[in-house]
Amino acid sequence: MSRWFIRSVGIAAPGLAGWHASRGILRGEVPYAAVAETPYAPALLPPNERRRATASVRQAFRAAEDAVNVAGVDARELASVFASSDADMAVLHRICAALAQTSRAISPTDFHNSVHNAASGYWSIAMQNTALTTTLSAFDASFTAGLLEAAALVDAQRDVLLVVYDAVAPPPLQAKRPLALPAGVAVVLSARAGSAPLGQIAIAASDAPESSCANPALEALRMANPALRALPLFELLAAQRAATVNLRGSGDACVALSYAP
Amino acid sequence: MRPLAITSYTVTSAVGAGRDAHIGALRAERTGLGEQRFEDSTLACWIGAVAGIESVALPRALARFDCRNNRLAERALAQDDFLGTVAAARERYGARRIGVFIGTSTSGVRQTELAYRERAAASHENLPDWFDYRTTQCTYSIAEFTRQRLGLQGLASAISAACASSAKVFASAARAIEAGFCDAAVVGGVDSLCLTTLYGFNALQLVSPDICRPADAQRRGLSIGEAGGFALLERAPASGVPACLGVGESSDAHHMSQPRPDGSIAKVAMARALGALPPERISYINLHGTATPANDAAEDAAVNSLFGARVPCSSTKGWTGHTLGAAGIVEAAISLLAIEHGFMPRSLNTRALDPDIHAAVLLEARSARVEYVLSNSFGFGGTNCSVLFGAAP
Repeated sequence: MSRWFIRSVGIAAPGLAGWHASRGILRGEVPYAAVAETPYAPALLPPNERRRATASVRQAFRAAEDAVNVAGVDARELASVFASSDADMAVLHRICAALAQTSRAISPTDFHNSVHNAASGYWSIAMQNTALTTTLSAFDASFTAGLLEAAALVDAQRDVLLVVYDAVAPPPLQAKRPLALPAGVAVVLSARAGSAPLGQIAIAASDAPESSCANPALEALRMANPALRALPLFELLAAQRAATVNLRGSGDACVALSYAP
Repeated sequence: MRPLAITSYTVTSAVGAGRDAHIGALRAERTGLGEQRFEDSTLACWIGAVAGIESVALPRALARFDCRNNRLAERALAQDDFLGTVAAARERYGARRIGVFIGTSTSGVRQTELAYRERAAASHENLPDWFDYRTTQCTYSIAEFTRQRLGLQGLASAISAACASSAKVFASAARAIEAGFCDAAVVGGVDSLCLTTLYGFNALQLVSPDICRPADAQRRGLSIGEAGGFALLERAPASGVPACLGVGESSDAHHMSQPRPDGSIAKVAMARALGALPPERISYINLHGTATPANDAAEDAAVNSLFGARVPCSSTKGWTGHTLGAAGIVEAAISLLAIEHGFMPRSLNTRALDPDIHAAVLLEARSARVEYVLSNSFGFGGTNCSVLFGAAP
């Protein structure tokens, strides 16, 4: 396959509350304002899982639900890729702090939430979706790596939901992994043109330098969370403007994404 | 999927370093598990520790990656001329055209545990200066270490889906090669001992005080081990060479830490791995077989409904312990050894088979031609993955 069709997208970050509300900001028509995200509980989860879902799981769900709602996609039909640099560092903090005490009493819920695939597990439970899902990390290149994984997973029968997300670590981990804010983005990719009102992308290796956002506020966001490394692509999507952006890959090279509406 | 040649593979676990150590231990029925404590753990249980990790030195240029998990990777990469085979492949394909897909569940978390311990002892607010998040704790650390250690410059990912992680790397690599994102791939898995998993599984009451006894009527849970393994995958294998022939994945959509009891969705993953191959063609199934009561029962239900009681099967966790994110690659290596040597290992430590388990669990080792092997890996989050190995057609 050489082209992938974009069926839907979602976004969730402070001041970027969903795709519909964010398009004007991404087009430069509305100034960005850093508003904290409103409290949120994934409505799709059964009560037990909703109670146990961590901050990073909620971040993933916000973006994923937005993408599902934007296009009226039936999420039960989708295979999925969840990409996160760090999974849940609040859980990591609680576990490592507990292990530093003599009692070493770890919460069983914290332990099962500590797996990198917690969000994908909760998502499959919420959607009663038994399709395959995979979870990866590529540090700051997690969006690019996730996009390649999702693109490779798309086939004629199978559309794929990509969710890229990271929450903010609590101190003292925050000093070692300083993400400025929580964020998530989601993309539904398809091999079928008819179902994809948002346009199409081609993917190629590239030696060109990494693209940035011209708008300084968006550029600061791009650097604030690995999920928002997607912003140069999302700017094109919002403007419905054909162009190529280069996103840093997990190896040494960039990946060129050529977008056409 | 199209078959992928397995040009080279290697495994290091509590049993020993490299393929010869593993086939030797499998034949001799010599477990790598020991009733010992990991560092200052206070838990009375059996563990599968790789001897001598503490003294492994990383190459100077990669010193910032130093942690138990990356030392284990370094030890594993040095076996069976894996480094040499990848170097030759790098010459053939170019460094940018070989992808890296490494499974792990906890990556370098031991380093974070040590940092928090030092912080608590000193009553500091901050973590110590020596703690480097990106190169040790971060899930991606193991994939980036492997990529740099092998001199590769293409795409790299850490696949982290709990205990199915390094089975799923075969699927990710196959798809990336099919999509043309790379021409070949290094897949692998590395997980190392740490207090997080020992105390975490203990909190869930899944750690056996006894040595793990898969499928046994009196099994009491798992024994945790550590391991690292790698394989080089290439497209268009010559007929007859060892190959990965299929991968199947599915999601239980049931519970975060318990399998769907009827195994119906795990069965879907197995069936997808088989593709068009009839179930009766499988010579041997390497079970996930963690030896927890619920896991073995659910897997048995899945195996039974697809294969009946005809296909010989066993868990090899009695040798290695449950190596978590490395279990997929360890058991891929054992599957390939079974094919190469015509040897099916028995279910080690199993004394009396659980009468509720109906699959053909091997209580004695068997020597016979092994044509196709199915290897199962399941994990938290309800993730299921089965991989089919055999000679390329």
